[in-house]
Amino acid sequence: MEPFRRFRSKAIPLDMVNIDTDQIIPKQFLKLVHKTGYGKYLFYDWRFSSEGKPIEDFVLNNVKYNNRQILLTRDNFGSGSSREHAAWAIRDYGLKTIIAPSFADIFFNNCFKNGILPIRLSQQEVEYLFQNIDNVELEINLPAQEIIVTVSGNSKIMHFEVEESKKRILLDGLDEIGITLRYHPYITEYENRNSTKLPSY
Amino acid sequence: MTTFDTIWNNHLVYTGGKGGLHSRDGGPSLIYIDRHLIHEVTSPQAFEGLRVSGRKVRRPDLTFATMDHNVPTDSRSLPIIDEVSSTQIQTLIQNCREFGITLFDLASPDQGIVHIIGPQLGITLPGTTIVCGDSHTSTHGAFGAIAFGIGTSEVEHVLATQCLWIEKPKTFAINITGVRKNPHTVTPKDIILSIIRRIGTAGATGTVIEYRGNTISELSMEQRMTICNMSIEAGARAGLITPDQTTFDYIKGRRYAPRDVEIENMVDFWQENLKANRNAQFDKSVSVNISGIAPQVTWGTNPSMTIDVTESIPYPEEFAKGNENEAKAAVRALQYMDLSPGVHITDIPIDRVFIGSCTNSRLDDLMEASLVVKGRRVSSNVRAMVVPGSQQVKLDAERLGLDTVFKEAGFEWRESGCSMCLGMNPDILARGERCASTSNRNFEGRQGAGGRTHLSSPIMAAAAAIEGHFVDVREWL
Repeated sequence: MEPFRRFRSKAIPLDMVNIDTDQIIPKQFLKLVHKTGYGKYLFYDWRFSSEGKPIEDFVLNNVKYNNRQILLTRDNFGSGSSREHAAWAIRDYGLKTIIAPSFADIFFNNCFKNGILPIRLSQQEVEYLFQNIDNVELEINLPAQEIIVTVSGNSKIMHFEVEESKKRILLDGLDEIGITLRYHPYITEYENRNSTKLPSY
Repeated sequence: MTTFDTIWNNHLVYTGGKGGLHSRDGGPSLIYIDRHLIHEVTSPQAFEGLRVSGRKVRRPDLTFATMDHNVPTDSRSLPIIDEVSSTQIQTLIQNCREFGITLFDLASPDQGIVHIIGPQLGITLPGTTIVCGDSHTSTHGAFGAIAFGIGTSEVEHVLATQCLWIEKPKTFAINITGVRKNPHTVTPKDIILSIIRRIGTAGATGTVIEYRGNTISELSMEQRMTICNMSIEAGARAGLITPDQTTFDYIKGRRYAPRDVEIENMVDFWQENLKANRNAQFDKSVSVNISGIAPQVTWGTNPSMTIDVTESIPYPEEFAKGNENEAKAAVRALQYMDLSPGVHITDIPIDRVFIGSCTNSRLDDLMEASLVVKGRRVSSNVRAMVVPGSQQVKLDAERLGLDTVFKEAGFEWRESGCSMCLGMNPDILARGERCASTSNRNFEGRQGAGGRTHLSSPIMAAAAAIEGHFVDVREWL
């Protein structure tokens, strides 16, 4: 996985609560057997009409938001289905960070496996970003766990929390399975210790 | 200790920090996974990852596969027309063969929705950890297991290591007490919908729910599964119920469950280790008395948007209780659902009825639904289908003559699978169609782009099929 580097971008505003993974990537795109190429299906049913034409008032179809790498949204983003295709679509579209007051658990985990940093900010901070969406420039500094927020030349810093090992994995682009395989002796020891407690087949 | 804490502690492989990357308290622990269930949609990329890295499946003996999400539910003798679905199914077959994993394929009498067949075959056991690349894995918590959905990267991680790094979730006790006047008309589905309506779709985020109280003790295993199944709709990581005699009786004699002396020893172990602890400390708790609840029906686009069958569609402000963002979501939901506030839920015509899904497609669900179907006819405006959760459920139902009851009333009687719960197979709603559904999600487009879903219990959905709109089934029974 590509290491997560410091970057600057404006944000795409998606001003809705409870956006579920069925919206992020509708079910008709879950039948593929690879991990790439889902960006064109991101928010498909909100982005395109039944005839496949772009729906003008949806944010991803607004040229002003093209090439932005941050998605700004509301509470409980990524609820519902565990489909990792949602994270694959977000990454493939070119988004690196999602900012919201809260996320659903499975989606939150899936982001870190795919080089995406989900950031929880307070309701007030998220509201501030929405209010200033056209002027605000964000610089994401993961090692320092801060966002440098610049509005019309004035900067301030917003801090965020991220669990230490998740942060390392993003920063170093580590192979998590490779790390866990180093724990092989502990796993084997656990299996030996518990072999009588677990039914065998 | 909570039941969750006990099972958690029993599965700790390593707690000293991940890869030397973490040494603080609250970091992830390496947890052993006892059972890994896989299906065609969320596993292909995981197997591909193993192949690319030259890794093998650590415990194929603890891994079980079936195909359920995209399988057609018409005759099994017909070819699968959708080539992409067919490829996904073939890919699962090849992967299971290559890595030595037991597969219940379309020709198997054990095929079915992964969360239906796990319990049915005795793969699901108390005190275990169970994962699957599917959010409704919470279903298996009904047996007193820690069972939760994972993404495809974690599927690959479990295949390779039989473990997962997890930050310990918080615990959330939901105490359910009270007496249902008529258990046929106020069902476990109504109980869980009323809970989600109260705590919200993110009300349990970051927690594992333990359902407790006298109401839970009185429920059958099938009914408990309906409750645990929808834990994820409240945002929970998992939902579980401490096992009791009902649990042990259900397990005994099932194919993959331990036998003879081994099962007796395990029941002793479970009784000793997993007994309900009155004094257990939870991070959070809520009490619910279900004595007064009515049959529940959803009106919006998430499962918290629920009302009593006797109520009318709420005004957005009324639903949002002062939360501006929730009010906006309700406005959008009403628009999507083509509904107006103040309209009675029983006055809205229904086009389709779906009885099925991992929430409500077990034998008990079909028997309950059949109570209002027998001797009646499906409304001429409605297309209704029953999709049993597994081949075994289908067979058991046919032995009881339920297929005849449904078919004579005008329902379609289908082969097993996830079907119209998520519409990955040909069973989908057309744009604008309105469906009474026993599934778990009423999200926009869930059952087909532009389709409109109202969630309810099986008996409520069946009655809606007969009348062409929702009715209060308490007036029928």
